[in-house]
Amino acid sequence: MINEENNKEMKELLKQAITPVKDTELRRDLWPQMLRKLDQQRSRVPWFDWALAAILSAILFLFPGAIPALLYHL
Amino acid sequence: MELLERFAAGDLEAFETLFRQHQKEVYAWIVRIVRDSGIAEDLTVETFWRIYRSRTRFEPAGNFRAWARRIATNAALDHLRHARRETELPEDLPCAASEDSAVRGETRERIRQAFRELPAKYRLVATLALIEEEPYNNIAEAVGVSAALVKVRVFRAVRMLRKKLNSFGVEVAAK
Repeated sequence: MINEENNKEMKELLKQAITPVKDTELRRDLWPQMLRKLDQQRSRVPWFDWALAAILSAILFLFPGAIPALLYHL
Repeated sequence: MELLERFAAGDLEAFETLFRQHQKEVYAWIVRIVRDSGIAEDLTVETFWRIYRSRTRFEPAGNFRAWARRIATNAALDHLRHARRETELPEDLPCAASEDSAVRGETRERIRQAFRELPAKYRLVATLALIEEEPYNNIAEAVGVSAALVKVRVFRAVRMLRKKLNSFGVEVAAK
């Protein structure tokens, strides 16, 4: 009961400073934006691929002798 | 195959149909939480991106609307967590600034500041329950907790607001 009264009092106070959102109508179709997001996400290279490339580069930099071996196996 | 089954199987056309059916409702829910139309549009797209990404986890016999609302609420909550303290409550959303208002401009600004400083999960339920007057059950379903826990969070939010307002010199009597 006290909680309800507390909430009611705070609700009144809040509503004098922040009113409910009246305009909740979406003004445009968001599908084109959605398609762009889907395309961006599809073309994004996953972080673990970058990590793998970085590790491989570091190995080749530290052990250049491994380059012919790597090329042989490709 | 039904629309939801096709969506769960990764059919882009089915996803587009669902997007067009639900985008308005998802946007309307999010804008009431974040109170900014531009941010709400971005978060609507983010919500559907999350929906598309987790389509394999969706049970086609389930309630897509409720699932979408839950994901939208999480996206809005993530935004509140990251944007907290840095963003003002948008000015284009009107406040009751009439001459005869019992709360004057300065007090009103302090109330808004205290509200902004609430932790995100409390701000979310306080916005929906106290400002938007959404029923506890709807909030509970959207947040993914019980209605009792929503009540507890609203109570804690009110307590935090009262404490903060008192520290700002705005007298709010505790009952």
